[in-house]
Amino acid sequence: MGILEVKDVNKRFGGLQALGDVNLSIAENSVHAIIGPNGAGKSTLLNCLVGKLIPDTGSVMFDGQSVLGRKPYEINQMGISRVFQTPEIFGDLTVFENVLIPCFAKRDGAFRMHAYEPMLAERDLVAEAEAMLDEVDMLAKRDMLASYLSRGDKRRLEMAMCLVQQPKLLLLDEPTAGMSRADTNNTIDLLKQINAKRDITMVIIEHDMHVVFSLAQRITVLAQGSPLVEDAPERIKGHPKVQEAYLGHAA
Amino acid sequence: MLGLNRKDLILFLIVVGLVVFAPFILNPFPEDSGLARFNAGYPDLMQRFVIFGIFAIGFNILFGLTGYLSFGHAAFLGIGSYAGVWMMKLLTVNIVPAIIASIVVAGVFSLVIGFICLRRSGIYFSILTLAFAQMAFALAYSVLTPITAGESGLQLSLNDPRILEAGGGSSIPAANFFGLTMRDGFEWALGGWVFTFNFGYYFCALLMLVAFYVSIRIFRSPFGMMLRAVKSNQQRMNYTGLNPKPYTLAAFVISGMYAGLAGGLMVAVDPLAGADRMFWTASGEVVLMTILGGAGTLIGPVLGAGMIKYFENIFSRLNERDLNALYDFLPDGLQGVAVSVSQMFVGDGWLLTLGLMFMLVVIFLPGGLVEGGQRVSRLFRRRKKTKTDDPEHHPQPSPHVGE
Ligand SMILES: Nc1ncnc2c1ncn2[C@@H]1O[C@H](COP(=O)(O)OP(=O)(O)O)[C@@H](O)[C@H]1O
Ligand SMILES: [Mg+2]
Repeated sequence: MGILEVKDVNKRFGGLQALGDVNLSIAENSVHAIIGPNGAGKSTLLNCLVGKLIPDTGSVMFDGQSVLGRKPYEINQMGISRVFQTPEIFGDLTVFENVLIPCFAKRDGAFRMHAYEPMLAERDLVAEAEAMLDEVDMLAKRDMLASYLSRGDKRRLEMAMCLVQQPKLLLLDEPTAGMSRADTNNTIDLLKQINAKRDITMVIIEHDMHVVFSLAQRITVLAQGSPLVEDAPERIKGHPKVQEAYLGHAA
Repeated sequence: MLGLNRKDLILFLIVVGLVVFAPFILNPFPEDSGLARFNAGYPDLMQRFVIFGIFAIGFNILFGLTGYLSFGHAAFLGIGSYAGVWMMKLLTVNIVPAIIASIVVAGVFSLVIGFICLRRSGIYFSILTLAFAQMAFALAYSVLTPITAGESGLQLSLNDPRILEAGGGSSIPAANFFGLTMRDGFEWALGGWVFTFNFGYYFCALLMLVAFYVSIRIFRSPFGMMLRAVKSNQQRMNYTGLNPKPYTLAAFVISGMYAGLAGGLMVAVDPLAGADRMFWTASGEVVLMTILGGAGTLIGPVLGAGMIKYFENIFSRLNERDLNALYDFLPDGLQGVAVSVSQMFVGDGWLLTLGLMFMLVVIFLPGGLVEGGQRVSRLFRRRKKTKTDDPEHHPQPSPHVGE
């Protein structure tokens, strides 16, 4: 039994069947990639996992508990973090504060009124946030407003915000889109390191096959809302159905 | 010191200085000069400066930090006033119970109203708060007349119970702070100047300093950071395991309590509470104050409140003679022109001045008067420095919170 079990999930938008009978089992501490053409329903699937959307039918179990019917912040507290397709960061706050907030969230849960103490008096959290920024190589931009960052930096910041929470499951929706080749390679290295160092499961949606094949241990191909095949990377490459639906022609 | 960093401490000390020496600063013109009408150093107006300063500081904790624009905050001001007068009627004319009650009662009301209104955000939130405030206003005028005294306004009377006070006396005792009468004070004539020191003002000023200090601490605390996160991206908060609602509600209640305190102080210096204090224009005024001064900055709301109250009380009373005195240095012909042009903007035209100023600030200084100040000081600093700018193009440093 995997850490995440998706069973018979269906989701319709009006007449559009965005997800049809999706079944997915993700093994603990693995890196699982989901690939598929644009509009295949990959982001919709993630939305169903984090509580942004509620599936019409089916079940989603995480760590033995159902996530359905829970609020997004409750699901996050169960240990699921998500990097969005378009970065969701606190644009009006500094880079440092962006990472500090998840540190507070992790320590204090949903709400604690610590209005009486200066923010920077929390030495341990400050150190933790700075260490995380250092890990993603952004310490030099510590005091910049996050909205001024480049697209690639915003993605890396969002990744840092998720990683500093030490989630059990990290969902990444096209984490390297808009990044330079060098940044993409850095990101691959970072994710590899994290995966080796910590107990973390990753589900990664990606168009860049270089990223997918360097990271993933399992790959699911989604087409028109349904999983087409699921297999190890070596076998996905040569799979005729995949080449037909996704890669278009023989590689 | 005081748990503030250097920059905040300096700001706080400057405000302390301004508040303490306000009777001098606001009275720059000698008593018998033609410009004496521009003086604002009389107790009534100085009290209003600091009381509305408190109101705006509190409003800024909600609007400036979380971005939720309440259009009904005057309701809490009014509720605070009513609670205060009732305490003075029932218990004692010592203002301490009145002020405590005005804060607590306004806090309770804002908890209930905030809980309901915060189910929506954006314009719907604003409309809901406006609806509540107008409802409170209408109720105070009609159904609740036994509590609010309706149109005549709630005031003290000779046969109030005042159970904490020795009975008797042939006149209503004056509002006081353990014997220190609010309306008392002393004057100090110095050369051609007369400076007025009023206990009521200094009492309100002390509370404003406390309110200002608390607001700095909130701005700099993790709680304040969460409030800015609410404004910036609630979606991300949710996916970071944080429920934005309790933070926002807490900010709403805090700002409601600030409004209650302001309402309580209003009746402490003048024990009369009327429903018009809750009218929607009063709610709009605090929005203007905050935006004019600089929403989300520490000092902005205080500046905005001072600015608007100065216009409302000084500009609205100026007449042709005062303008003639102002333009005395010009040659005769020019003086006439200047006076007749300026006349459109004073007296009844003060709202025109305020409106134009508000427009100019919103269009050219979105960060309010504080941004204006920053730009001016940056201009001076740049002039002092010789070319040290690095060749790299860094984005313009935008005013971060609380500068
Ligand atoms: N909130 C929504 N409302 C209506 N249609 C949607 C919504 N979200 C996604 N869709 C549609 O569902 C399909 C799958 O979208 P998405 O999951 O974003 O695909 P992708 O695999 O590219 O991430 C698309 O056709 C998209 O237009
Ligand atoms: Mg997508």
